[in-house]
Amino acid sequence: MTKSVRKNTEQFLHLYKQMVRIRTFEENANQLYLNAKMPGLTHMYIGQEAVAVGVCEALENTDRITSTHRGHGHCLAKGAKFKQMFCELLGKAEGYCRGKGGSMHIADQDNGNLGANAIVGGSMGIATGAALSAKLLDTKTVTVCFFGDGATAQGLWYEVMNMAALWQLPVIYACENNGYSEYTPTSEIAAGSLKARAEAFGIESHKVDGQDVLAVHTLTQGLVNRLRNGEGPFFIELETYRYHGHHVGDINRSYYRTKDEETAWQKDRDPITNFGRWLEEQDIANSEELSEIASNIHAEADEAVRYAIDAPYPNHGEVDTHVFAGVKHALPYISGGRIGS
Amino acid sequence: MPCPISVEAGLDHEITHSQAVNEAIAEEMRRDSTVILLGEDVAEAGTPFKVLSGLVEEFGTERVIDTPIAEPGFMGIAVGAAMTGMRPIVDIMFGDFLFLIMDQLCNQAAKTHYMSGGKLNVPLVVRTNLGATRRSAAQHSQSLHALVAHIPGLKIALPATPYEAKGLLKTAIRDDNPVVIFEDKLSYQMKGNVPEEEYLIEFGQANLLREGSDVTLIGTSSMVQTCQAAADLLAEEGISAEVLDPRTIVPLDETAILESVRKTSRAVVIDEGHQNYGVTAEIAARISEKAFYHLDAPVIRLGAMDVPVPFSPALEDLTVPTPKLVARKSLSICRGELVHDA
Ligand SMILES: Cc1ncc(C[n+]2csc(CCOP(=O)(O)OP(=O)(O)O)c2C)c(N)n1
Ligand SMILES: [Mg+2]
Repeated sequence: MTKSVRKNTEQFLHLYKQMVRIRTFEENANQLYLNAKMPGLTHMYIGQEAVAVGVCEALENTDRITSTHRGHGHCLAKGAKFKQMFCELLGKAEGYCRGKGGSMHIADQDNGNLGANAIVGGSMGIATGAALSAKLLDTKTVTVCFFGDGATAQGLWYEVMNMAALWQLPVIYACENNGYSEYTPTSEIAAGSLKARAEAFGIESHKVDGQDVLAVHTLTQGLVNRLRNGEGPFFIELETYRYHGHHVGDINRSYYRTKDEETAWQKDRDPITNFGRWLEEQDIANSEELSEIASNIHAEADEAVRYAIDAPYPNHGEVDTHVFAGVKHALPYISGGRIGS
Repeated sequence: MPCPISVEAGLDHEITHSQAVNEAIAEEMRRDSTVILLGEDVAEAGTPFKVLSGLVEEFGTERVIDTPIAEPGFMGIAVGAAMTGMRPIVDIMFGDFLFLIMDQLCNQAAKTHYMSGGKLNVPLVVRTNLGATRRSAAQHSQSLHALVAHIPGLKIALPATPYEAKGLLKTAIRDDNPVVIFEDKLSYQMKGNVPEEEYLIEFGQANLLREGSDVTLIGTSSMVQTCQAAADLLAEEGISAEVLDPRTIVPLDETAILESVRKTSRAVVIDEGHQNYGVTAEIAARISEKAFYHLDAPVIRLGAMDVPVPFSPALEDLTVPTPKLVARKSLSICRGELVHDA
């Protein structure tokens, strides 16, 4: 085996591992919800793993992403750790955001994740702004803005695409078209073609099978290289599917999509199964090796979940910290800092 | 402050807050074919809270309209439709998304009647919600009614029970002005009685829930229950608390509030919006201005803590006034204790 083939081998296995990490994380998160261990609701990324992994593996640690309410996959793909993520989901002090953000607001500054967002489309301006600062500061970093098909209805996107195109900003708008926005099929909320909308601004646009991690990765890698050379912005529509409900509480889905449709995607187009089969066909890994990867990740997740369950909540005194940068406690501060708490 | 229809009359049908909203809309849609409903997942899904289930089956997709996730867009469309013959009800899934529709609501809907010298009306209703402690974090938990109450031209209703939810919403739909109605999303499953026969609740009519002589607790929306529970705690301490629910904050039933405070000489105002520059500040200021010489203690404001709503349950529960806190503050003003550290 030549060196470059071996390097590719490692990279292929890494793509696989990253997808399994996301799925494992999500299965545990769902279980935490079902066992009433997790406060609130969460949106499962299961089924869409190849999108986050294919895209983020084309990025450097210093590159930026913005994420969505369905953001665990992006966060993990960009390098986040199980422990801090589970802690955040459970509102614990050791979470990425000290328990203040929770599932819908995880941000991981160290890995370039500017944050999930509970406002649909809410991160489109942020991503474009990050691209502007990259250009002005000449950092050569790029930004990927993840959003769903539903988010394409927000006017903000058209405003920022216009500016990104005018100013040639290093940003990729990555639309994860999973066929639904909440309980409504995309066909009922999107007129015309999504790709054509971006093209109307003169933005080079691509459509890719979001269940094929290699296709996603190859496409993104090419675009990222071009962004670093001053081209851009770009738009990618990634066709994908969420296996679970809109959120963990969305169990009875028959009024908006059929069981057959769900089964077909899982059976024929599962990104992990299909990529695993390809790895075997290419003699990159055999089935035992793939199971071993999975069982190691399962064990790591089990430990992280146990850790997070036992981890302490933040102290009450943290409730008014971080309201203003540079101010320890907001409550005395907003009263002029003289009157006691 | 007598209600136009007696609260006691014919309370023979128990429904949830969610059903109350549904009934109000269904009745008004039957009565007036210009009433239409727009919002995300309002049709087949009946909203994520399932409040609107069944409406599309009865009124069809022409009148119960699923929109894309484009709040400023469908809000603007509602304003235009309202100016030209329809009575739209706009569903804003979470009160937090009001920030997206601010221009259409506050610059357009609120001012059109005035700017046109009374020639154009904007009869629309924005239905949305408020309330924290659902572990939904900072962008799905806010209580933003003070923001819109600040804008002249908007009426603001805050139902606290199924009875109020139905009666106020029906009044809102018939009103010729833009009305924003905030439902407490934690109370959708709360049950209460409503009359079998049709009724409306006039705006600007407070509801006296409990008579008392030592202190007036003025609570809105989610905080009405908190006030009731606080009054129970206070009764155990021998303090007699009066509980008043303004029901609408624009218009505000100042007469009822002042009458009560002149009687009890003490007031605590409780609301789930942020305390800073909030609804509690407005009501407390009016009491201080207009009942100053009747007061035996400073008027106390209790709003949500002035921090974004934290996700962690350990922190979130600290941010909303509780019956205990209301009782403790009330007790201390009733006992003439100094309430401020300064
Ligand atoms: C501005 C705004 N409007 C509505 C919502 C409620 N909401 C949350 S997710 C969602 C659907 C989003 O669909 P899509 O963008 O396709 O993402 P997906 O859930 O499919 O990943 C909606 C309507 C919201 N969070 N923010
Ligand atoms: Mg979608």
